[in-house]
Amino acid sequence: MSASAVFVLDLKGKVLICRNYKGDVDMAEIDHFLPLLMQQEEEGLMCPVISHGSVHFMWIKHSNLYLVATTNKNSNASLVYSFLYKLVEVFTEYFKELEEESIQDNFVVVYELLDELMDFGFPQTTDSKILQEYITQEGNKLEVAKTKVPTTVTNAVSWRSEGIKYKKNEVFIDVIESINVLVNANGSVMSSDIVGSIKLKTMLSGMPELRLGLNDRVLFALTGRDKGKTVTMEDVKFHQCVRLSRFESDRTISFIPPDGESELMSYRINTQVKPLIWIESVIEKFSHSRVEIMVKAKGQFKKQSVANNVEVRVPVPSDADSPKFKTSTGHAKYVPEKNLVVWTIKSFPGGKEFLMRAHFGLPSVENDEMEGKPPITVKFEIPYFTVSGIQVRYMKIIEKSGYQALPWVRYITQSGDYQLRTNI
Amino acid sequence: MEWASQLCENRGLGSKMTDSKYFTTTKKGEIFELKAELNSDKKEKKKEAVKKVIASMTVGKDVSALFPDVVNCMQTDNLELKKLVYLYLMNYAKSQPDMAIMAVNTFVKDCEDPNPLIRALAVRTMGCIRVDKITEYLCEPLRKCLKDEDPYVRKTAAVCVAKLHDINAQLVEDQGFLDTLKDLISDSNPMVVANAVAALSEIAESHPNSNLLDLNPQTINKLLTALNECTEWGQIFILDCLANYTPRDDRESQSICERVTPRLSHANSAVVLSAVKVLMKFMEMLPKDLDYYGTLLKKLAPPLVTLLSAEPELQYVALRNINLIVQKRPEILKHEMKVFFVKYNDPIYVKLEKLDIMIRLASQANIAQVLAELKEYATEVDVDFVRKAVRAIGRCAIKVEQSAERCVSTLLDLIQTKVNYVVQEAIVVIKDIFRKYPNKYESVIATLCENLDSLDEPEARAAMIWIVGEYAERIDNADELLESFLEGFHDESTQVQLQLLTAIVKLFLKKPTETQELVQQVLSLATQDSDNPDLRDRGYIYWRLLSTDPVAAKEVVLAEKPLISEETDLIEPTLLEELICHIGTLASVYHKPPSAFVEGSRGVQHKRLPARAGSGESTESPDVGQSVSGVSDAPPAVIPSQGDLLGDLLNLDLAPPTTTVPPVPSSMQMGAMDLLGGGLDSLSGSHYRTEVPSPQPADFSERELGGDLGGSPAMGVGVGVGVGVGVGLGPAPVGMPAGLGAAPAVGGGLGDLFDLGGGVGMTSGSYSPPRVVWLQAMKAKGLEISGTFARRGGVIQMDVSLTNKAMSVMSDFAVQFNKNSFGMAPAGPLQVLTPLGPNQTVEVSLPLSSTGPVMKMEPLNNLQVAVKNNIDVFYFSCQYPISLLFVEDGKMDRQVFLATWKDIPSDNEAQFQIKDCHLSSDAASNKLQGSNIFTVAKRTVEAQDMLYQSIKLTNGIWVLAELRIQTGNPNYTLSVKCRAPEVSQYVSQCYELILKN
Repeated sequence: MSASAVFVLDLKGKVLICRNYKGDVDMAEIDHFLPLLMQQEEEGLMCPVISHGSVHFMWIKHSNLYLVATTNKNSNASLVYSFLYKLVEVFTEYFKELEEESIQDNFVVVYELLDELMDFGFPQTTDSKILQEYITQEGNKLEVAKTKVPTTVTNAVSWRSEGIKYKKNEVFIDVIESINVLVNANGSVMSSDIVGSIKLKTMLSGMPELRLGLNDRVLFALTGRDKGKTVTMEDVKFHQCVRLSRFESDRTISFIPPDGESELMSYRINTQVKPLIWIESVIEKFSHSRVEIMVKAKGQFKKQSVANNVEVRVPVPSDADSPKFKTSTGHAKYVPEKNLVVWTIKSFPGGKEFLMRAHFGLPSVENDEMEGKPPITVKFEIPYFTVSGIQVRYMKIIEKSGYQALPWVRYITQSGDYQLRTNI
Repeated sequence: MEWASQLCENRGLGSKMTDSKYFTTTKKGEIFELKAELNSDKKEKKKEAVKKVIASMTVGKDVSALFPDVVNCMQTDNLELKKLVYLYLMNYAKSQPDMAIMAVNTFVKDCEDPNPLIRALAVRTMGCIRVDKITEYLCEPLRKCLKDEDPYVRKTAAVCVAKLHDINAQLVEDQGFLDTLKDLISDSNPMVVANAVAALSEIAESHPNSNLLDLNPQTINKLLTALNECTEWGQIFILDCLANYTPRDDRESQSICERVTPRLSHANSAVVLSAVKVLMKFMEMLPKDLDYYGTLLKKLAPPLVTLLSAEPELQYVALRNINLIVQKRPEILKHEMKVFFVKYNDPIYVKLEKLDIMIRLASQANIAQVLAELKEYATEVDVDFVRKAVRAIGRCAIKVEQSAERCVSTLLDLIQTKVNYVVQEAIVVIKDIFRKYPNKYESVIATLCENLDSLDEPEARAAMIWIVGEYAERIDNADELLESFLEGFHDESTQVQLQLLTAIVKLFLKKPTETQELVQQVLSLATQDSDNPDLRDRGYIYWRLLSTDPVAAKEVVLAEKPLISEETDLIEPTLLEELICHIGTLASVYHKPPSAFVEGSRGVQHKRLPARAGSGESTESPDVGQSVSGVSDAPPAVIPSQGDLLGDLLNLDLAPPTTTVPPVPSSMQMGAMDLLGGGLDSLSGSHYRTEVPSPQPADFSERELGGDLGGSPAMGVGVGVGVGVGVGLGPAPVGMPAGLGAAPAVGGGLGDLFDLGGGVGMTSGSYSPPRVVWLQAMKAKGLEISGTFARRGGVIQMDVSLTNKAMSVMSDFAVQFNKNSFGMAPAGPLQVLTPLGPNQTVEVSLPLSSTGPVMKMEPLNNLQVAVKNNIDVFYFSCQYPISLLFVEDGKMDRQVFLATWKDIPSDNEAQFQIKDCHLSSDAASNKLQGSNIFTVAKRTVEAQDMLYQSIKLTNGIWVLAELRIQTGNPNYTLSVKCRAPEVSQYVSQCYELILKN
């Protein structure tokens, strides 16, 4: 059904640790993995699935590790990749950084986790918060009676333990919207969308029932309410704590939240948005002599708002040299290892316009290797503002002990995949 | 201090006190030292030693020698130590099966430990020890654990049943574990349900015939309830299991869909894809006019789009699946073109997949945007991506006619970049554009010719040569261009050689005066100096053709080519259906059925989509399919009135151009393209006849046309050349020019060729039913009429025997038909020349036309006939096999076939069984071809052959069929698709008659 075995390899293809779940694929097959991958890389035809005879490798890369699952069946590939990414998530929660060293330094826990995360190729409990309740290296210190299976593992509410206590009951809600924009070289917006995410930091006692109210257009239409601005969410994805069937029937977002930090939901909005920071660029390349770059950045958002930590990254040819910059504000820096000029503006008020000029020399003997046409990318953050206008109307918190709890909401808009193609 | 270091270790913060220290042990006497430590009295030391052992195991050292010592550490109340020992056991038990028995007692004991964690651990590990001897000890503990009070233990035990089944299936069955597992589907805990479902699915997969997962509405309901409560992984197990269920009717289907759709909002991409699989499959059963059907379609698009923001590997899986979904139901994503635009930082595998989908979604509405994007991509640096982008521009031109001009100019712009591989790719696609829109864009030829020298890839060279040959009359220096290629003829690839040969022959036919030398040169290069049979054959055919009848040569070589189809790379419909059932799995990523890459999956049933309610297709497994005789309960045949039939006819723009030349074998590989017949403009033949070089006067002996295809091309002299029969060429061979005296003996080639026509008077003839008595003498004042029907040489004939059983002479015979479904009518009078005396019989063949008045008959193939003689008028009705109406040019182009199959709604598909037929697929194909049922393509999956066949009726209706033949199984399965579905059953009857005759 899914994986026969899971391997963690270093960049040279050496097995750091592995777990054979089903025993139907020869564990030595993994030796073929890296040579095949190298071959694909050489041919420029990388693919996340590699097969060798009847064995199929599904792999992902994380820092200096390859995580590989093998199978000889018609496995559910999406399940395997989801699982491998989950593995990264769990290991990262346990070891802070997942890399070669942390695997070696913690091989006993890694074995234990591998044993608990998957059984006979079926993923089991993968919630790291819950796992941490019973898979620890302090286990040996505990009395037998104490190392029990947390009932949470098999509960319908498998993401929250009972008996959590806080002196002060609070929930922090972060609404974060990322703007994805793709602008053509001639300045027309090819595609744009908003990917929003609502993150929670829950500090609530007991088993609270929460209900989140948004200015969701479909909900308003359902309830016949017609007040104020509403937002149409094209697609919504929820944390498993949210009752999906309830949402499907009456658009209510109701759930028992996981303790601590979690992403409650994400949504996608298709409406065309005006790119919040508009870039006009003129890049002139005079072969064998120089490149001249002029970039104009304009804040296309409300005057009251301010974009923070704005970075405009402009690509330059790899053989460019002797940079010279002039900026009307902020500060420009050449990053030769990435072939970029990074123009940083700490604080960028709405409606303002800034300018940057850069000048590079080019060698008289040209690099004849073809170079791609990387786009200009922009990074920014605008606090206290969502571009879609989405709002948290309420967060109802009900717990049987009847405590009063306070929800705090924060809004932020940031750049996502923000690309503007250039002529050169 | 101790706990602090432990904590550090746990958090991965400490660098000194971590597990990595276990990897650095002393080298000498390592095993010996470890042995001593393992047997130490101190618990702490023991644990350290076990860790060292595991560390050695991890780096691949063989520490199996320590087996007894490690097993001795097993009895401990330290959970961590226990886990390590278990881990060791899993790794080495197989290599030390006898010693593994030592561990059994502890396992059994641990299975009764008060701590559920230990019980579960024991049962989990025992299942992983794949040693036969252990399994029997496992049964009792497993039985207890399956009924454990703690759900954690039960869910672990459920999986253990699958493990044990993998080792010893018989044991599991004997012990009744399967039933216990089935009971767990009703467990109160959702996680237990999910694991039980997973285990059962796994077992069922390896034993497809066991009726393990007998899903019924009750169990389905339980699964759907558990779906709301179990973990994300459990949801996937359940959804994948649901996908195997076939709802009884559309209402059940809808109610399951309604309960599955909320899963589309799950954050886990795998849950979403598995839900999509269930919905795509069950949707098949919903009537299309149902409101819910439309709602569901709308609900599918957003989650599919959102999958594109997942991690790149998941995006890749999603894109491969979207590729399938777009082919199956293009309407879902038709407005979502933009999301497939390629981002600069996408990995290459994502880029290539996105491009594929962009082409599939390209339409008139979005073509401008698509083209702008493709042009952008074509200037990137990644060679594979750029090539594919250029190719995509060509495909857009072919797909969206309105955009062709813009595409061509975009391609020209790209050619101007002079980037070698871009130029070559552009030329290849421009050739296709010329094929699709002949005589429209030749103005670009000049630009193309400028780039002749830079072409170094065979495909590009071949394409360029084709263009030069095709438009030779408009390129002033075509002869020079082609001649330049000829110099290195033998270094070229076959593809180029073949094109060059054809192009020069075309050139010669167009500009005969200047190019005679060139054509002789290429013919001799192809026939004398080449080892390649394809090339030689084609050379000989041209040579012979040119020498015997240049008019015919022109007709053949310069014939109008059939149009190329719009959609390319379409997946065959049955495969597509199967892949839709495998959404999310490796099969959907590879676009191959699981049987193609999973060993031991032979004989596993191919998954198919369920049939829409009310259609004639069987919903059960294939062997329950309806037999021909059972078709009568198929939906009432709503016969179209005459107007409708005509309407159908007019809609059929798919038909290949009508040919004036009898069917020429398009199944021939070599030269097929040019040999296909087409419209011809006449040519003053005499002028050429004197000039055409002929290698050898042909021998027109009346030999039977035959011989097998692909035989040696160097036939002996005197083998019959059947040109006269096939093409109707004048048998006027011309003398051989002196210069060609050494030409090899030729012959036979054409005879071989025409054998494939399969049409007229060939070995396997058209099916003709046995003679039956239509009119009994008693009912017709002594006139008995019996007869049959046949199709000969494209003419339908009614063979009638008239017997006079009366005492007086009969004369003045005449015949008339009532209006009938296919407009059959006598094409001439009933030729009974002399009066028919008593006890005399006369045999008459009455030619029939199919252009008479049309009226629906019941049954469809009924014919009401009136025969008059000097005595009276007599009426009778008879039924003809519908195969009479199958015309000779009924072979559809493969691509057109695919597109048409896809286009005909699946409501129109009907499935039949043909029982007790013992022909091989090739024999069946030949036999059917005799009756103008043409095999367009053949696919073999395992031992099953699928023949894709096309039939064209006299009224222009196309019938598409898929015949599945399994070696050793005398029952064939026939699926018939037609825009006029009421003919399907008659077609199937013909299949049965033809195959068994």
